[in-house]
Amino acid sequence: MNHYEVNFIIDPVLSGDEIKSTAKVYESLLKDNECQIVHVNEMGLKQLAYPINKRTSGVYYCIEFSSLTGGIIAKLELALRRDERIIRHLSVKLDKYGVKYNDDRRTGKITSYKKKEKKKVDGDVVAPVAPAPAPVVAEKPVVAEKPVVAEPPVVTPPPAPVVAPVSNEEE
Amino acid sequence: MASRDDIKFLSNPTIGQSRKKYCRFKKFGIKYIDYKDSDFLLQFVNEQGKLLPRRITGNSLKYQKLVAVAVKRARHLAILPYVTDLLK
Repeated sequence: MNHYEVNFIIDPVLSGDEIKSTAKVYESLLKDNECQIVHVNEMGLKQLAYPINKRTSGVYYCIEFSSLTGGIIAKLELALRRDERIIRHLSVKLDKYGVKYNDDRRTGKITSYKKKEKKKVDGDVVAPVAPAPAPVVAEKPVVAEKPVVAEPPVVTPPPAPVVAPVSNEEE
Repeated sequence: MASRDDIKFLSNPTIGQSRKKYCRFKKFGIKYIDYKDSDFLLQFVNEQGKLLPRRITGNSLKYQKLVAVAVKRARHLAILPYVTDLLK
């Protein structure tokens, strides 16, 4: 059993129904050729990183399927290439790690990079070192200054009230 | 008594101590590189969208090759650009 993944970008000029029917065409093509569709990922309208055929955006689809033989790939690619509604396509064979990754992604064990970033920062060598010295620095001045800081407040409040009444009286 | 934390250095003593590079895929056990995850792949390209060398990313040879394949697939699908400026 081989696992494959086919990505294609559909022309965004088409109406919503046409886009869906285009995707359905390839799903049914795969089903007719004894492939088991594992998952259809509609990634929706996305901005292209560079213009293709004067289009700046496209509707992304990704179909993951398994098949006993790879014979379907040639047929599928030919159909994709002949289709004018498809502006770009890519079919990829998945290894066991790829299959597991896609499974985990669907069940939510793995999320997009944004969340991973936080984990990485925690695991990084920089992050643990940076917070560690901060408490140490914070504690020491507090211990040292407490007696010093405690006295001035005692001294300063008296003048303040004295000044305040004076100014009031002058006014 | 002056402890180690009280000493002030004129220059930052950590400058010049290069941190040991490591392969993040080996360290965190990442086995598969998703070519559809553009944010992740952005770590391995420079501002012009060119692949960064292993010298800088620290990847092991095995995973650098997989990264290269993933970036090239992403470029084909217009997830990453082939050439740009100010990518990041």
